[in-house]
Amino acid sequence: MGKETGQLLATWAALMALLAITVVAALAPIGPVKGLVNIAAAVVKAALIYWVFMHLKQVGGFLRIAAVGAAVWLLILGAMLYADISTRV
Amino acid sequence: MSGRASQETSQGVTLKEPYARPGQQREADFLGMYLFLASEIMLFGVIVALLFADRFRHPGAAEQAAQRLKIWIGTANTAVLLTSSLFVALAVVAARAGKAKAVTGWLAAAVLLGLTFLGLKGFEYAEDFAEGVWPVLGRATPGNLFINLYFVATVLHAVHLTVGVGLLSWAGVRVKMQRTRLPGQAIVIEMTGLYWHFVDVVWVFLFPLLYLPRP
Repeated sequence: MGKETGQLLATWAALMALLAITVVAALAPIGPVKGLVNIAAAVVKAALIYWVFMHLKQVGGFLRIAAVGAAVWLLILGAMLYADISTRV
Repeated sequence: MSGRASQETSQGVTLKEPYARPGQQREADFLGMYLFLASEIMLFGVIVALLFADRFRHPGAAEQAAQRLKIWIGTANTAVLLTSSLFVALAVVAARAGKAKAVTGWLAAAVLLGLTFLGLKGFEYAEDFAEGVWPVLGRATPGNLFINLYFVATVLHAVHLTVGVGLLSWAGVRVKMQRTRLPGQAIVIEMTGLYWHFVDVVWVFLFPLLYLPRP
């Protein structure tokens, strides 16, 4: 087994572990923090998939920015949305 | 029209106009695909934003409505997609090494898992309908709104997955028939793989937002 194959298998194992954590957190009686745990696990999973499986690890800085730029625009959309619905009377 | 002029380099890369070097062409291929997927992030991102807005405006509604969904099918399907992504990543490693046989094997395994996902999702919809979980038009309660978003998001995702299954099959057949020659044209497998992994990423977010809200 090559080094690269080993890295891919380790990434897959990490993804499955995060899936287990997220389901256990959702069903455990830990209150509203479970929502945060679930979102955090999803973000880490997505980052692992983009970094390893989708080759961000191997490409240059410009391509990395192009690939994840939309995530930043989405955060701006989310902030605007929150500013709107949280200040309505 | 014969299309753009192309020539084959010594490494077997088909170099098209206007690119002077394989590395330059490769970077352009990645840039184009990443930007296309960025536009898809915005498409699914709006649905995710709506889910957040729904939860913020109507606390408790999503937590209640989500319990009507089949958490174990959602969990199984997440594991199926994550594993299919591993297989596609292994296909890319094999493609770069010029191992055509391994590439078709990994792609076929990934296609099988993609079909498994769709089969499970179809079964789940049938169960949903049998239990009265339907999209509601017109005046909807916050819970109905959540279920509506569940259908919009999962159907849109299933359409993307179906396209992905088609692309992986197409790439596998091309390699098998030696229409795509490896490792020179490994970019075909890499680009198809990027699309597949992206569809996986979308599910990674939809799964906790749709299936896991709990009080």
